[in-house]
Amino acid sequence: MLLRCLAIQGSWNYEILGGNGIGFCVEPALRALPGGPGGEAYRKALARQCVYFNAHPYLASLAVGALARAELDQNPPERIVRFRTALCGPLGSLGDRLVWAAWLPACSLVALLLFGMGWSALGVAGAFLVLYNTGHLALRAWGLAAGWLHGMRLASALSARWLQQGPQYIGRGAALVAGIALPFASHRAIGGGPILDPVPLAVAALTPCLAMLLVRLHGKVEGWQLLFGLLALLVLYSTVLH
Amino acid sequence: MLLFVLDFLPFVLLGAVLGLDVVSFPQAMISRPIVAATLAGAFAGAPAAGLVVGVALECVALETLPFGASRYPEWGSASVVGGVIGTRGAADALLPDPGAWVIGVMAAIATAWLGGWTMVQHRRLIAYWARPRLNSLASGSMRTVVALQVFGMTSDLVRGGVLTLVALLVSWPITTWAIDAWRLGAVETRGALIIGAAAVGASAVWKVFHGFSVTRRLFVVGLAVGTMLVTFRG
Repeated sequence: MLLRCLAIQGSWNYEILGGNGIGFCVEPALRALPGGPGGEAYRKALARQCVYFNAHPYLASLAVGALARAELDQNPPERIVRFRTALCGPLGSLGDRLVWAAWLPACSLVALLLFGMGWSALGVAGAFLVLYNTGHLALRAWGLAAGWLHGMRLASALSARWLQQGPQYIGRGAALVAGIALPFASHRAIGGGPILDPVPLAVAALTPCLAMLLVRLHGKVEGWQLLFGLLALLVLYSTVLH
Repeated sequence: MLLFVLDFLPFVLLGAVLGLDVVSFPQAMISRPIVAATLAGAFAGAPAAGLVVGVALECVALETLPFGASRYPEWGSASVVGGVIGTRGAADALLPDPGAWVIGVMAAIATAWLGGWTMVQHRRLIAYWARPRLNSLASGSMRTVVALQVFGMTSDLVRGGVLTLVALLVSWPITTWAIDAWRLGAVETRGALIIGAAAVGASAVWKVFHGFSVTRRLFVVGLAVGTMLVTFRG
């Protein structure tokens, strides 16, 4: 089931969102229902698990474990359906805060710092993958185990202090790392050299100005759009006008 | 032409696998630019230059994190395109050729945007394929569940591969022209590119962590410490 959880979004679509993925992940557990695979209990349970569902893909393993337990404990179908629906919101927002808004950028920023400190290509990419996936796989495995352990009493697992406070601590650490990483990474990416040369000085002076402009323009212009436009002007200047 | 396309085959396969990693399987973030562009650079014989391209793209990607069911750029296949294009003419070099690097970053941004659109179309395609099978799903058919899952992942793999191929075919001749025609100095070009990429990264950090208390102050403290350390080291 843990391996299947890695493909939970394999059929994500605008009809049933991740519903089929949940059914796909829970299916091995349902084989233990009375009548075995293909039996009436199995088919009804599988059908229940394949309807509309949306949550953060990593924390969806909590739902997979809990729903498998709920089905094998043969809870009333309407209770399982209500429970399943109620899981979507909390698992989505908690996962977004913990993984997309904290853990992923934190690991990216650590990798940028390692690059700035002179690590090799293999070292930077390898360190990022090991660091990120230690958290990623641990979260999926914990989710599956906790879901199975608590079943429909999942609220206690969701209120774990590390889950609620984790994003805040990771965010603080990542912000500090970001501040240190950006000057180091920028310096190495421009080729190093004395910091008082015109180009490193220009980078140190203009980067914060442009960053502040982007923060001001938040909601109006995306940074990648502005960068694309600036680079297009740079190409024009260097190839045609220069 | 066929030989030209066959030359791209390893990159197309890499783009397909990394495109799959973004959402469908296994979301291990092999598709993040700092890994994907480095891998593409390694495939092209220039891993160190690929890493530098990846660092610039990673700063940009920090701004576009994959929240919820929103549309977001697809950085897996895009970073392969950026890594291949950006490391042209940089065999064994520690830094990319300036013209190739700029075009590589632009190609990656454009491919990521197009990739986001193809992901939406892909999700619509799965929904279209699923619609006539909803009754079968409602009857608890294990075969339909697995078939839908396999169809989704296979078509996503194909999506990533086709996207990578098209992006490489379009951007390859532009890079050839840009490398020859580039007049601005290497240091100045790198400086200009890094000002843009680092500014996007810094503003992204400012915005992403705004919800957590004291993070902005910590970021500013970190910037001061980092700048001081670089100054003393330099």
